[in-house]
Amino acid sequence: MTVEYATERGPLRAVDDVSLEMKEGEVLGLAGESGCGKSTLAFSVLRILPKTAKTFGSLELDGENILKMDDSEIRRFRWKSVSLVPQGSMNAFDPVIPIGAQIVEAIKTHEDVNTTEAWQTTRKLFTLLGIPEDRVKNYAHEFSGGMRQRAAIAMALALDPKLVILDEPTTALDVVVQKQILALLRHLQKTLHISFIFITHDLSVLADIATRIAVMYAGRIVEIGPQEQLFSNPRHPYSKALISAIPTIDGPKSETKAIPGIPPDLISPPNGCRFNPRCPFVFEKCKQVEPVLEEVGSNVEAACHLLTMVRDRSS
Amino acid sequence: MTADLSSDKDILEIKNLSVNFVTSAGILKRNSVRAVDNVTLSIRKGESLGIVGESGSGKTTLARSIVRLIRPTSGQIIFDGQDIVDFYSRSLKEYRRRVQMIFQDPYESLNPRSRAGDAVEEPMMIHGLIRDKKLRKDRVFELLRLAGLNPSTVARKYPHELSGGERQRISLARALSLSPDLLIADEPVSMLDVSIRIGIINLMLDLKRTFNLSYLFITHDLGLARYFCDRIGVMYRGRVVELAATEDLLHRPMHPYTKLLIDSVPGRGQNGADEEGKVTADSSRPVKMDQISGCRFNPRCEYAQEKCREIEPDLVEIEPDHLAACHFPLNRAHSV
Repeated sequence: MTVEYATERGPLRAVDDVSLEMKEGEVLGLAGESGCGKSTLAFSVLRILPKTAKTFGSLELDGENILKMDDSEIRRFRWKSVSLVPQGSMNAFDPVIPIGAQIVEAIKTHEDVNTTEAWQTTRKLFTLLGIPEDRVKNYAHEFSGGMRQRAAIAMALALDPKLVILDEPTTALDVVVQKQILALLRHLQKTLHISFIFITHDLSVLADIATRIAVMYAGRIVEIGPQEQLFSNPRHPYSKALISAIPTIDGPKSETKAIPGIPPDLISPPNGCRFNPRCPFVFEKCKQVEPVLEEVGSNVEAACHLLTMVRDRSS
Repeated sequence: MTADLSSDKDILEIKNLSVNFVTSAGILKRNSVRAVDNVTLSIRKGESLGIVGESGSGKTTLARSIVRLIRPTSGQIIFDGQDIVDFYSRSLKEYRRRVQMIFQDPYESLNPRSRAGDAVEEPMMIHGLIRDKKLRKDRVFELLRLAGLNPSTVARKYPHELSGGERQRISLARALSLSPDLLIADEPVSMLDVSIRIGIINLMLDLKRTFNLSYLFITHDLGLARYFCDRIGVMYRGRVVELAATEDLLHRPMHPYTKLLIDSVPGRGQNGADEEGKVTADSSRPVKMDQISGCRFNPRCEYAQEKCREIEPDLVEIEPDHLAACHFPLNRAHSV
């Protein structure tokens, strides 16, 4: 799949030829820095990209091509099949309408139920999310940050979707609350058997939630594999650098190195591998040929000429 | 490595500092919030002191009152033997030359209509430091180079033409233009991408070694605090609840709140089944400070006892150089 934005300076490929599969019940972590295309990729699943965006390729959920749906189909599909917890949604509640009433309204917009039933569902959702039922009539200012985030998640779960996309759901929270929300999400995923796409710039959060992690750089997935593998044995030079750029509170206190340079301009990305101007292992081929995702270890795929070369030599 | 540079001489001493904010003022009643509550601590010469805590803990208010962007309600801030709380005009200006602040948001802390070179030059003009124009321009280039930038390409650019990392480097160059003794950095890298952050932090460490700078480093990120700081103070609802050397604090937290913070850091391999069962409910209504008696952490503390609900503990030295405000500190070296 490719997503292009029309800009004054020409087309900008925010997501460039990305292929990816997700199994049922999986928690896929989508990690990368700002501008790497992680949010664009996630928004394209819901078809809520701005009008300047053009999408190519195919995108299927349970065999149905989302990109080919017409307006009425997509309206039925959104929220019911796939829902979104947008970044900052915890601060998007209307301050003058009780939070419960806002969830009721959302349910009634999408489903043919009466008000009493919608309130019942809302109360159940509150309990499920660990918010006392009697707080449904409270206003946003009466909730703590953590509770508002729980309510935002409740809203996304209201219509029992198969897939929930969470965009930076814990970024604005304090660590103690973040930990509670992550535990809650793990619990929901296990009991409801839903799938999550968890978008974050903070790789360390994914260690507590994701089953698989895709690392994105400049519109492409550079590495994808099981969560444990990515942390214990990152393969792509970018994933490696990203992980070692995070100072930890355990283990030896070593000199942490920054990745030199800045991410490329996506209107005119560098030839060959997009990471090559910042890569410490760059060689001639990297500047000419763009690498594609290839299996470089058990269930681990990476887009790197060096890794492919090493693999081919050792086999 | 950094320890030998630090001497025990304090560069800044804060004594019983409190800052109140008036939340609503009526005719009969005046409500106020105590954002910083009776804080006493000192920053040693050549040291970087970290202040960690959650949002609303008062760490930013503390930083801002040190540079006198906020006027403290009571207490003393002693710099170079003088209490600066009542400084005004000339004395305040000279104090602010020596104590500079780096703000969190490099997008908002630079004037969008001022070129990078001018932003670095301006403080020197205001303080009348280098009066010769040519020499001053040379100094601007030198400062930009020190900040890891290429002066000839960057000096003429406007902030919007620069990346977040570059802007924060400009902020540093600007602060350094006045040859300060102490830098107050309020979450200086939290708005930047992970791959850029460490570059700025390493630069700040280099500058510290080169100029024997002292830092007050405000952050919510314990990993970063460990990487950068010699000592860490933990703030909770306006108070410093623990203060110790970095590794000591992280490996032997004495205050239950510090322990909670450390245990909450993500990615520390407790993604297991052990805590799967206890999905915590969140029913917290914001508890107002005047509703809490005794230790302010007691409603959340799993070790709280009767005494904790009655008497507020002071920050005291539990062991040499390890202070905690807790009646029943954890991890004591000689505990039975």
